[in-house]
Amino acid sequence: MALVLNEEQQLLKESAEGFFAEKAPVSQLRELRDNKDETGHSKALWSEMAEMGFAGLIPSEDDGGTGFGYVGAGIVAEAMGTTLAASPFLSSSVTALSILSEAKQDVSALVSGERIGTLALDETSCHAPEDTALKASKTDSGFVLSGLKTFVPDGHVADDIIVAARTSGEAGDRYGISLFKVEKGAGGMIVDRTVMTDSRNWAKITFENVTVSSDAVIGELDKGVEILEPALDKARLVASAELLGIAQEAYRMTMEYLKERKQFGEIIGSFQGLQHRAAHLYSEIEVTRSAVLKGLQVADEGGNVAWFASLAKAKASKTAELATNEAIQMHGGIGMTDEYDIGFYIKRARVLQHLYGDQNYHKNRFAALSGY
Amino acid sequence: MSDVDAFRQEVRDWLEQNCPESMRTPISGEDDVCWGGRNFEFASEDQKLWLDRMGAKGWTVPTWPKEYGGGGLTKDEAKILAAEMRRIGARSPLNSFGIWMLGPALLEFGTHEQKLEHLPPIARGEIRWCQGYSEPNAGSDLAALATKAEDKGDHYIINGQKVWTSYADKSDWIFCLVRTDFDAKKHEGISFVLFDMTNEGVSTKPIQLISGYSPFCETFFDNVRAEKKNLVGEAGKGWTIAKYLLTHERAMIGDFGVPVPLSSLARDKMRMENGKLDDAMMRGIISDHEIDAAAFMFTMERAKDEAKAGASLGAFSSMLKYYGTELNKDRHELIMKVNGSDAFEWEGQFSNNGDIARNWLRTKANSIEGGTSEVQLNIISKRIIGLPG
Repeated sequence: MALVLNEEQQLLKESAEGFFAEKAPVSQLRELRDNKDETGHSKALWSEMAEMGFAGLIPSEDDGGTGFGYVGAGIVAEAMGTTLAASPFLSSSVTALSILSEAKQDVSALVSGERIGTLALDETSCHAPEDTALKASKTDSGFVLSGLKTFVPDGHVADDIIVAARTSGEAGDRYGISLFKVEKGAGGMIVDRTVMTDSRNWAKITFENVTVSSDAVIGELDKGVEILEPALDKARLVASAELLGIAQEAYRMTMEYLKERKQFGEIIGSFQGLQHRAAHLYSEIEVTRSAVLKGLQVADEGGNVAWFASLAKAKASKTAELATNEAIQMHGGIGMTDEYDIGFYIKRARVLQHLYGDQNYHKNRFAALSGY
Repeated sequence: MSDVDAFRQEVRDWLEQNCPESMRTPISGEDDVCWGGRNFEFASEDQKLWLDRMGAKGWTVPTWPKEYGGGGLTKDEAKILAAEMRRIGARSPLNSFGIWMLGPALLEFGTHEQKLEHLPPIARGEIRWCQGYSEPNAGSDLAALATKAEDKGDHYIINGQKVWTSYADKSDWIFCLVRTDFDAKKHEGISFVLFDMTNEGVSTKPIQLISGYSPFCETFFDNVRAEKKNLVGEAGKGWTIAKYLLTHERAMIGDFGVPVPLSSLARDKMRMENGKLDDAMMRGIISDHEIDAAAFMFTMERAKDEAKAGASLGAFSSMLKYYGTELNKDRHELIMKVNGSDAFEWEGQFSNNGDIARNWLRTKANSIEGGTSEVQLNIISKRIIGLPG
């Protein structure tokens, strides 16, 4: 497959960019934050996204989706990164959907946007799926879950929470983890919304003897990792695309500023000290773009994406960090003000860099997957 | 059988009959590389035979037109030829600045007569070319070049000096940037001329580098005659050709292909523990590098695919040159560290006379030749980002 967007994908890109620029500019996120909005995202936006087919990009048309695949999901995520559009797209339409698809379960309610799904995975401040310790004990009719999950994206608005729990072995073991689907409002499940730097939706979820039936198990018991890992890798690729969008927009805004701001009687963009840093940043973004697109294509071809996902997530995280740091520095004082939008980008970038493993996690994993 | 399969079979048969066995082994050093030219000393009969056969077939330059000594193949056919050569491990029959640099420029800007005269000897490896660009006072500021060409009717008389001329002492002809108009603006008085290095008044002096090698020369012109029929393009329009060539050169310099992964060098040389490099610091640094290297490899792939889809590479080649060369320098710094004290060996049998160290030092020129990294960043900043000059 040529490492370029085809005509259909190019059209999707243009339509997604137009859509988010019009329907979800940064000012929308600012309003949600300032109004301390209870939902944390615009419900109207989310239903319009579903109408556009954005919630069903990944499944084929036969499975009720639009068949744009992961490359399509990456295109939309990148456009969302550009305007920081707040929606449960990544947690529901990518992560939860990929998990259910891997397990050959029905995804129609996620595709229509009718239900929001998410994955509750991390238990400490550090991403480490194999360290899952939340306990699922077998009962006559099903399981009882007890433990704590943290950093759950869209946790307080999700209808279906996919919980990684330990059914055998101990924390640190790859196997012995199982996945359970728990519905919103389940008895004993306490959801605490946590407001994070990115003003988006996150939650800590406490499970106090939450009972679920046996058919809540997704995939095979004790073998959750076989579903979790490939699905998570695809979500990492799409998250990388969103990071790319953030980096690209932070870069674009900064270049605009360099072209208009005057000091010492000159446009500051004429100073070589800034030009070389700008050109370096441009190069990093372009190199990142290739790594992200390559991984998304491999995901659509059905290959093993682990190596590509860690490559893309490590690279995109590093580049987004560079882009947002350079953006603030080159904007000078105005970049430090809340009134100016650039601060929203650095605050979203860091959270997303951490989600599903930060650059160090993936650098380490990339080395392990490469055999050293 | 489809045309493609038939062509593949034909190539396969021809290579089988014509590629000598010894030319199907990996090259083991600079001696195995064939540069051709009047004074080239072939390392073996087979090396000469292989060049002659490929040259006669036009397959040293498979996509050039047949009338100019090429193979007249389509891009797809050339790909098949390359794949079949790779399959049997065939060596490149000819390395040549004529093929890589002058040829594309002549095909683009030369007259029919110039192509007829100069391209076939390039294809057959009979004439070896060098590039006369940089001067002592025109490095990064190449357009400041001052080598003077006086118009004498049917010829020019050239005086001046070039520097960093690759293999000038071994080359037969030079393609050279000269100033034909000292009154015009600096970019507009430059012309692109070709002349024979055996012409009276040409002399060369190799420059010994920090690596101990001398691939570059100083080249002096003292009243050298160059025929006007060998002026490429119009007088005063040489800068356009120079830029075209530099774009070609940059894309090439940045492309180091698919090198042996650093990690596999490290695995051979350093201690492993449970499948991991024991030195956690080096492991992290190598991983960082390999992530960038893989992302860059995909970027080269993307650039090639975009070019195929009709996009022009333009200033993007400056980005590739900048990123690729910085990456290669970093790679060699890491190779040095992986090899520890062995890396410093400069002479002797254990290191093939200091290969590791000398190659490391060679890479320092990657980000200088063909326009420095800083010049590439200037180009990106002005032509891609649009920051004021």
